[in-house]
Amino acid sequence: MKLRHNKNFTAGAVITAFMLAVILVGMVWTPYDPNAMNGAAKMAGPSLSHPLGTDNFGRDIFSRVVEGAGATALIAGATVAIGLAAGLVIGGLTGYYGGWLDEIVMRLNDAVAAFPSILLALVLIALFGQGKYNIIIALGVLFVPSFARIVRTEVARQKSLDYVRSARLMGAGDMRVLFRHILPNIVPVLLPSVAIGFNNAVLAEASMSYLGVGVQPPDASLGRMLNEAQGYLLSAPWYALSTGAAIILLVLGFGLLSEGMGGGYGAG
Amino acid sequence: MALVEIRDLRVRFHSTGKEAVRGVDMTIEPGQRLGLVGESGSGKTVTAMALSGLLQRGSAALSGQVLFQGRDVLTCPREELRAIQGPGIGVVFQEPMTSLNPLIRVGCQVEEVLRLHTDLTADQRRERALEAMVQVGLPEPEVTYEKYPHQLSGGQRQRAVIASAMVIHPKLLICDEPTTALDVTVQIQILRLLKSISVRYGVAILLISHDLSVVRRLCESVAVMYRGRIVERGNTEDVFASPQDDYTRRLIAAIPTRKRHE
Repeated sequence: MKLRHNKNFTAGAVITAFMLAVILVGMVWTPYDPNAMNGAAKMAGPSLSHPLGTDNFGRDIFSRVVEGAGATALIAGATVAIGLAAGLVIGGLTGYYGGWLDEIVMRLNDAVAAFPSILLALVLIALFGQGKYNIIIALGVLFVPSFARIVRTEVARQKSLDYVRSARLMGAGDMRVLFRHILPNIVPVLLPSVAIGFNNAVLAEASMSYLGVGVQPPDASLGRMLNEAQGYLLSAPWYALSTGAAIILLVLGFGLLSEGMGGGYGAG
Repeated sequence: MALVEIRDLRVRFHSTGKEAVRGVDMTIEPGQRLGLVGESGSGKTVTAMALSGLLQRGSAALSGQVLFQGRDVLTCPREELRAIQGPGIGVVFQEPMTSLNPLIRVGCQVEEVLRLHTDLTADQRRERALEAMVQVGLPEPEVTYEKYPHQLSGGQRQRAVIASAMVIHPKLLICDEPTTALDVTVQIQILRLLKSISVRYGVAILLISHDLSVVRRLCESVAVMYRGRIVERGNTEDVFASPQDDYTRRLIAAIPTRKRHE
């Protein structure tokens, strides 16, 4: 895999690095306090002091976009982490042991995957209540099936390969075979799915917050801000545009990375 | 005592309901080199897998007895089995491309079995691994030790696999078509290597092959399998000189010879 000569990968890496840098800086420093209101500068257009203008409360949009992108990326990252961790365990065990355990767990898996994910997330939110952490849990649970299936398929494929058989024959225990031999070998297949998963999580978080069940005001998140911005689409278009652009950059960066790693839908 | 004694082994796969092995009896003495030949699906690999303990995962119904050093592999608890077979049986598979874990350095893989079954220190293990790598004729063992499998040629990889099977000095080496994936000149080198290892360390070899000429080169005795049964067995040269079973005759007739082209 020659990543360096791959244009998709390079472009994705540049965009992702840029976004991550902005987000990391935003964690310690933003030009203004993202939540500080300023009655004198409501709905100001882009200017030198406010590069992306201000919103209806006079808050600096650039600072809010940076903070919102951070919140969104964090939620998406945590979601993928939950989905991946549970998916590794579930997929690893079912793929490795097979048999009736595999049948039962995978049918459950299919049942969860069959629900439209946003709908199921709304149900979970209704049960647990709103807020940042509940969003992470709800989306995390929804991301388990796709990872579990990918991991299961790959583990099942790897386990019949000779190096795994010979490790077992040498007397390596199941857990050693699974974690030392098999799982590291499925990473190349898993990485593109992680990148795609992150994208889906960004969009899911943005949708949930846009619908008002995700991150709650006054905290910033990209979806939340899009919701606020739509009311001022004509009077302050820079609000919606800059927020949307941040979502696009986040998703585009990871999408290109995934594409460059040889994954992505269709290319798989 | 025979090293391996198989009595009336029967294997039926749950998935297909097919009986792949239908009453096999076989013994392997210490240091003996036995060739098990037959066409694809004749049950030769399944027999060897039953012996190596790779079959007992609820995928097949097994009956009969498979004794390795007097212990029945089929009824032995898994933990015990692991302790008997890890150090007792080494396996060399057909495909050297997939027999090594692509992400682990060759040297570490050669040592693996020592890590699992001995109390040797890391330095001692490395010492033994390098020794084994010299024995199988890997060039520059110190350098090869640090390499990853993809940096080796097919023949070198198969040598590394043999080194990893040999490093603990097992009593039995099961070779499942060890040369099929290699080109002809490398095939002969590998067969010579296996023979010299067997002679020098008194390791018994069970060679599974569909290729009679390979068996003839390495093994002093041969068993011919057809449709799950052993149809003929005996001293290799005797079987070649005067095959008794019709299937064996056809197998021998299928070996290409130079004369036909002249």
